[in-house]
Amino acid sequence: MAELTERPFPPGDYPLIVVGSGPGGLQVSSALRGRGIDHAVLSVDEQPAGMFRRWPFFQRLLSWTKPFAPVARGTRPYERYDWNSLIPETDEHRAVMVGLMDGTSYFPSRPEMQAGLEAFVSRTGLRVRFGCRWTGTRRLDDGRFELQTSDGTYTAGTLVFAVGVAEPWRPTSPGMELAAHYADTRPVEQYADRRIFIIGKQNSGFELASGMLPWAKRIVIASPSPAKLSVNTHSLVGIRARYVQPYEDHVLGGGVAILDAAIERIERGDADGAPFRVVTRRSLDSVEMAFDADDVIAATGFVAPLLDLPDLGVATFGQSRLPAQTPYWESATVPGIFFAGTIGQGSAGLKKHGIPSNSGAVQGARYNARVLARHIATTRFDRADERPAVARDQVVDFVLDELTLGPELWHQRAYLARVLSLDPTEGIRDDGIVPLAWFVDAGGPDAIAATLETDGTGAVFPVIYLRRDGAVTEHPIEAHPLLDYRTASARSDLAGILAAILGRA
Amino acid sequence: MADSAEIADELAGFALFADLTTPQLMGVAHAFEEAWFKDGERVLRQGMTGSGLYLILDGQASIRVDGEERAKLSRGEFFGEVSILLGEPPVADVVALGTLRCLVLASSAVEGFLNDHPTLMYRMLQASARRLRNANRWRS
Repeated sequence: MAELTERPFPPGDYPLIVVGSGPGGLQVSSALRGRGIDHAVLSVDEQPAGMFRRWPFFQRLLSWTKPFAPVARGTRPYERYDWNSLIPETDEHRAVMVGLMDGTSYFPSRPEMQAGLEAFVSRTGLRVRFGCRWTGTRRLDDGRFELQTSDGTYTAGTLVFAVGVAEPWRPTSPGMELAAHYADTRPVEQYADRRIFIIGKQNSGFELASGMLPWAKRIVIASPSPAKLSVNTHSLVGIRARYVQPYEDHVLGGGVAILDAAIERIERGDADGAPFRVVTRRSLDSVEMAFDADDVIAATGFVAPLLDLPDLGVATFGQSRLPAQTPYWESATVPGIFFAGTIGQGSAGLKKHGIPSNSGAVQGARYNARVLARHIATTRFDRADERPAVARDQVVDFVLDELTLGPELWHQRAYLARVLSLDPTEGIRDDGIVPLAWFVDAGGPDAIAATLETDGTGAVFPVIYLRRDGAVTEHPIEAHPLLDYRTASARSDLAGILAAILGRA
Repeated sequence: MADSAEIADELAGFALFADLTTPQLMGVAHAFEEAWFKDGERVLRQGMTGSGLYLILDGQASIRVDGEERAKLSRGEFFGEVSILLGEPPVADVVALGTLRCLVLASSAVEGFLNDHPTLMYRMLQASARRLRNANRWRS
């Protein structure tokens, strides 16, 4: 009992409750605390770091932290080069990951990432009630929410769920229950000299194939549509460069087979043969093909563990059962319930040129969480951030600096934007970082939104959105080869774009 | 919420996909992504670049030019193809009427997708021809 009483946030009533202690939950808690919003943080885990306490399976991340960068370490612009550190509300404790990596790779190992998240918690003094399992949810008559947990009942007017997209999911093909899920992959040496059949061509499937190359006798990777490679999509869509080796092995005939085929069924094999037989149908010509396998692994993704939230009215969509969300990550169907972390992918944004946000990764979700905290503080606790004035003759340089150095714009292209509003009664004000979809659709006073975009060609270019008399127009600026927009050419282009709207302010 | 097999089953019921085999439908279900829009939310924005090809799975959408409704689209119908084929921003807003569930394919993937599925491309041409005919009737 003594231990229980020492744990923070005992059952009771709180203004706001955050569920989850992965990067999303920690980042939103840090940003709420920075605004003085009283809240509790509950987590089923015994320590912070969420999924990074276990995955990636082969123990190294896909997101980098560059110890040496063109800008000073520990500054806001440095965040562009450090994808893995959470963002503190004060300048100390920035870039915690750099000091924890051993220099063998600019992709941190899983233990290094876990240590980075633990260090962020201890250095910033974040508090979490660990070992507290959320078990159910109810809407009270007064509009507030009740959370049932393993420790007792909580109530709050606002809930933020940062519970990840971490519940293993597999398709419904006959026999699929015979396949192990990615989450249940065994130590790699147990796959020595075996025939492995991997279902799914996402990064998780290729990660397993990459790790098993020195062990497996044969690897087949199958799903109905062809594999996309990030170096071809010019985005984070597709197989990342680190996991392309099985693809090269395949095209050079080394023993890996990558197949475009639907999985018809998985059967148990003959008693004296392979344990499994995977029957597929080729996408190109509907030809049936069967493969003997010693192991079948479903690298078919994960779903959001929402428990009973759908019963409360939270709409979900897609294979990952993501909650449908507003641009500010609020349930589109149950006001007062918000989402942070990877689950924020349910707020898709404009998805221009088909390129998704980076909300499913730390480098994107950390900024969403900070924007969300500001939004919650403003709209639900009447604690708006200061909106500094910007002198008219400083606007062009301000925007060009943000386009070159603003990490939010670099990591969340066409998703987050820097906004300056031009209300005649207030003058020009810095409204901070705002979801671009909200800016484009919500209406409001005349304003400027600056973002960076990419269109699948490999170019990264600024786009300025102007809102005048309620109508929004879009103005791209030519890409710069060194991605530095503090140039005479960009200054001239931007001044021309802003001339009409600045003339009014 | 639906997995690829369930999406493929839904597609099989649409005239647009009537000529495709089950493995091809599974491929289509994998290539497209699901998107969800609440009532009044804009799916396509008039004059804004970077949109995609949309197919309605559930619900209705309103096509609006300068705020004026020109047509409604329903389950099994598609939109966004004109702007992709011409390489120009959409000339209309497309707005959800009630909850709208769609499949979406990025503009950059549309040409390859249509070339890989010529029978589907022919059926899209037929649908576009009907729309053109109806638009001409509307004008006269």
